[in-house]
Parts: sequence; C-alpha cells; structure tokens
Amino acid sequence: MYRYDEFDHRFVAERTAEFSAQVERRLAGHLTEDEFKPLRLMNGLYLQLHAYMLRVAIPYGTLGSRQMRMLAQIAETYDRGYGHFTTRQNIQFNWPKLRDVPAILRDLASVEMHAIQTSGNCIRNVTSDPLSGVAADEIEDPRITAELLRQWSSLHPEFTFLGRKFKIAVTGSEVDRAAIAVHDIGLQIVRNAAGEQGYRVLVGGGQGRSPFIGKELRAFLPRDQILPYLTAALRVYNLHGRRDNKFKARIKILVHELGIEEYRTQVEEEYARLDADAVRHPAEEWDRIAQYFALPDLPARAEDDAGYQRALKQDPGFADWVGRNVHAHRTTGYRAATVSLKPIGGIPGDATAEQMRVIADLAEAYSADEMRVTHEQNIVLPHVALKDLHKVYRGLVGIGLDAPNRGLVTDIMACPGLDYCALATARSIPVAQRISERFGDTNRQKEIGPLSIKISGCINACGHHHVGHIGILGLDKAGVESYQITLGGEPADLPAVGERTGPGFSYEELPDAIETIVDTYLAAREGPDETFLQAYRRLGMGPFKEALYDAA
Amino acid sequence: MLLDRSGVIDDVWTVIGEDDALPDGPAILPAARLAELAGVAHPVGVHIDNAADPRSLQPVLDRLGLISVAFPSFADGRGFSIARLLRELGFMGRLRATGPVIADQFAYLLECGFDEVSLPETVAARQPADQWLAQLDRLSAGYQRGALPGATDRGAGRQSILDQRRAASS
Repeated sequence: MYRYDEFDHRFVAERTAEFSAQVERRLAGHLTEDEFKPLRLMNGLYLQLHAYMLRVAIPYGTLGSRQMRMLAQIAETYDRGYGHFTTRQNIQFNWPKLRDVPAILRDLASVEMHAIQTSGNCIRNVTSDPLSGVAADEIEDPRITAELLRQWSSLHPEFTFLGRKFKIAVTGSEVDRAAIAVHDIGLQIVRNAAGEQGYRVLVGGGQGRSPFIGKELRAFLPRDQILPYLTAALRVYNLHGRRDNKFKARIKILVHELGIEEYRTQVEEEYARLDADAVRHPAEEWDRIAQYFALPDLPARAEDDAGYQRALKQDPGFADWVGRNVHAHRTTGYRAATVSLKPIGGIPGDATAEQMRVIADLAEAYSADEMRVTHEQNIVLPHVALKDLHKVYRGLVGIGLDAPNRGLVTDIMACPGLDYCALATARSIPVAQRISERFGDTNRQKEIGPLSIKISGCINACGHHHVGHIGILGLDKAGVESYQITLGGEPADLPAVGERTGPGFSYEELPDAIETIVDTYLAAREGPDETFLQAYRRLGMGPFKEALYDAA
Repeated sequence: MLLDRSGVIDDVWTVIGEDDALPDGPAILPAARLAELAGVAHPVGVHIDNAADPRSLQPVLDRLGLISVAFPSFADGRGFSIARLLRELGFMGRLRATGPVIADQFAYLLECGFDEVSLPETVAARQPADQWLAQLDRLSAGYQRGALPGATDRGAGRQSILDQRRAASS
C-alpha cells in the first residue's frame, strides 16, 4: 500500500488548514455562498436534501485496517453510526455538521486520508481494478499509475476549475474490472510490439443523461509520456469544452461534437508543442511509488488445504460463498474474497461502524492488512490464504456480511436517490431493497446466474443504470415516480449502453416487471451456461418487450 | 483593485475601449485594435477574452508589454490554460487576470504564469489584499511545477514536490 512521505503529509495538512480557513471566511461573509460552493465541493462537501454530506477519497479503493477503523470512528463520532461506500470506490457520510468537518478532515489526515477532489469540476478520485496486484492476467499493477495521477491531479493549478467533473480509471489487465470505457479518460496498461509498457487511452466515455462508450484516443502511449499527454488532453478540454450548458460540459460532448479525429488532432498538436520534459514524471518517482505496490510478503502455502476441503463439505453456506465470492490469486494457496455489502433487503454499499471494524480486523489478521472498495460497492480482502478462508467467512456470518451473491441478481448497485440526494427524482434504495427481497433465495439466485441490476434515481446516472444488464432509471412523471427499464448494458465485456424496454413502471409494479424479465430469460436460455447478457444479445429486445407489455 | 504578489499596486496602464483615443502612456488595447500596435511609442498591452486562441498572438508576443485575460466568472477556468499557453509560447511580459476571480485562486493564477490580478471593487471589498497575500503561504509546495520551471527569480516558477523528493534523496 502507498504510504505518505513527509511531503504528502504536509500537503494534506496544509490543505486541511486551508479548508478550515475557507469555512471561517464563509461564515464571516468574505466568501459568498456562490464562491464557497465550488471550494467546499472540491473538498467533498455537498449540501444534500436534509444535511451536509462528506465524501471521503479512498484512492483507487485501497485501504488498510487503521484507515477503515478511522472511518468507523468518524461514523460513530460525527454521523449516525454508518457510512456508504460509493460506485467510485469512495465512502460518504450522510449526516456530518459543517462545524465538525475540519475536525473530521484532521482525523482523516492522521491516517493518510482526505476528501480532496471527491466532488467539484476538477479531476476526481482516480479509480482502478479491485483485483490489482492479485489478478493473474495483469500486466502491471494499475495503482502505480493511479497514485501518480492522484498526486499530479491534486490541486492542479491549471485544471481545478474545469467546465465539469473529470473522471479517470486505470486497468492493468485485458479483462477490464474498472469500467474504463465509461470514464472521461480510461487507461489500459498494454505492451507494444517491442515489449514496452504503456497505455491504450480511451476518451469521452460516460453515463449521465447522454451515455457514451469511450473512443480510442491512442493505441499506445509510452509510460513516461502519461503526464504530458494527459496535460494536452485536459488543456484542449479546458479551453474548448462547452461552458454554456452544464449538461453539455463533459468531455464526452466535446469529443462527440468535434469528432474523435479532430479532438485527437488537437491533442496531438498540443502534446507535440508542449515541453514534455517539464511535465514528465522522473523515473525515480515511478520506482518510488511502485515499491509500495509490490505484492506483500505472503508465507508460502500449499496449493490445497485439507481444512478448507473439510469446511467446504461440512458448511454449505461456506461452499455457496466460496462459489460466488472468492477469486483466483496469482500466488499459490491464496485467494481474494469479496465481502458483500448487499445483504438481502439491505441498502447497497452501506456499512455500520461495527461492520467496518469486523472487516478491518479480518483484513489485519488474514489479508496482509489490506482491503479494496469495489465500484460495485463491495469490499475485497485481496490476500487470504486458502487455509484461512473459512475463518474469514465465519467472521462475516451473523453481522450481515456473508451474502454469497457477488455478481448475482441481488448484488445491486444503487445511488442514494431521493432518500438523501438533492438531485434525485425518485427513490433508489427502497427499490433495490424490494428487488433484493424478491430474489433473496440463494438457490434461485444461483439458478439465475450472473446478472447485474443497477439503479439510478435520476438521469445523472450515479447508479450506472446505463451499463446494468438490467438498468433502472427513476424519474418523476407529474409528481409520481416512474421507472424506466433498460436491458443489455455492460461496462466492460464488449461495453454497451442498455436499450429501453418501453414505457416506465410505477414503484409498485417494478418488482413484478423485473421478475417477468428474469422469468423470460430463464425460459428462453439455451442452458444454464448461457448468461442473461448472452441470452439478451442473442435474442434481442423482442421477447422481453412482449412479456412486459403484451400480456397486460 | 490591482494586486500582485507584493500586494496592492498602482495601475500604470490605461484600458482603452473600441473608440477611445490612445493615451500618452502605456495602454491596453482591445484585441480588435491590435493592428494599431505598430506605430505606438509607449508600451502596449492587449485584452483578450477567454474564447480567444492565444496562439493567434504569437507573431506579436515580443512587442506586447502586457496581456490581460478576461475571467467572466471565477468558475470559468479557461484563463488558467491560456496563461500556461502564453508562457509556453515565450511571452515574457506582464500577464494580468481581469475579472471577479477570488483570493482562493491567487496561488493557482500565479503558478499558471499570471503576475497580477485586476478585480472589480465588489470582490475587493469582500476580499481585501491581506486575504490574497495569505494565499501565498497556503501550500509550501504542490505536485506540479509552476509555469516557468527554473525561473524562480521571476517568482512564478516553483519546485514541485517531485523535485523536492529528488533533491532530498540525492
């Protein structure tokens, strides 16, 4: 894991002091509310429906036990005893008071955390693959790049007042677990014909009211050119992105309106012109960061373990959990395990202080003191020995953390929706809870197989509904909640934006409509191996539309 | 109010409108009157809006004593990139940010290559010069280099944290 050096510590401490002074200047009237708003947003502080919300950065989703315990302490001291892990690998506290925020930021700084650029029209927290450093198919740990970009983008003098927010994701594998195609810039670590490592660069992906799949800006960019090239890409956006309409201000609209060829021409011209050496990171800096992301020293283990095999036979709950929530590890005798924050009927991504401490304890004892927040709003314990897996599982049972549902129909992603958010047009959380309860039976979920449901409570699409296999968008139709359904969305494996089934459904009708879609899939699939997404791609919208609308 | 990193300063420049006669002293012309640059004995500056392409000024950069860049709103950050570009194109004169920017942006403005800020009185009244100068000590270093690497004597360039790390380890 990355550790702050004296410079990082000083930077965060000074930034915390600056924000405290900004709060005081706002209270004294030196800053108007209009002036203060972007400043507080740049420090993760939103004004929501009922209260302030503080979004804390968890860079590329990686954190250690002392950090998780601090989040638990903050939840208890300054909030209502829980926090909400987000679709961008961060955590939100929904009930802090403005006067407590400087103290919270100081607590965070004491464990090398902050809330810098978790909101606002700037470069946001860089996200990455939750299986970084674990996956066997990885070319390079993407967190080295993500950390380099975190530093480069922090309080960047030129790019802190952009036209709109700017999100970057990095993956180090061929299999994309970071949804890079739906980011403003997506980076895939690749090797060229000469065997050199660099990046394939995507640009202009995004969700919101105008979803786009990212387009290829560069097939190969040498590693040491990443900062100069991104500087050029951001500069063209900062100068030419639209400022007349907030809803057309993301880079995806600029790329769409210019065309990828013209945008690329402008970026390449600027990249050729600027003094790359003045912006480039020194090789020593890469090496310095990289050493923090070396695989931890894991004791050598046998390929199999008798205790593990016995537990699989004797504890059916464990067998279900291993079947769904456990991933291969590049080291013999180890696995990565997903702790589901999606208990049946629960709020997706929420964790109580007690749950956070349990996960932190398990990570400290059994996972080299490391955890990863996933963009699906779960927590991964990345380095668990096979022989310890059952102990980890037993530690999760009884406190709502043992759901064996990763990637299944109840592993639902949802934004906070109308229960918290000032922008929302409909509820999201209760919709997720009702669908989760409807499909709660473990065997039924297993029978249905991989199926992602993603729910957004407004067109800003924080719940990623465009890329859900089943996407749900909550709208307000003349004061009544109405839910549009889309099918066939997918963030990574042949990325696609979902297609609308037709007219929306009421809050009451929605669970039945989802069940109709699932039943239609089960009846039409060629066999248990054909997933929902595969079946949809083969069948198209026809049979689903018919089942949803013709019967009525 | 006009200020730079030393505090409030006198404005020796006269801002000229579309139809004004040229003064007997330094003048800031609107971009549309840039052609008049040739025959003027006094220092000349130009005011550009933030949709202008700074590269169009390249042929005359060495004859301009000042470039004023419009900030229609503090939230419209195009001017930051324009300043960086002008410095990278070799402009060595005064760079002025003109408009309702806020004290919290002062360090960013200087790091992007601006020398001075011309504020409307409404902002100056709420945010007096001491608040601007306090911003200079806000962060001892950032992760990026300033606009003029190596030119710290001009006060605009700064060492980045990456540079400081390298110096500390060697």
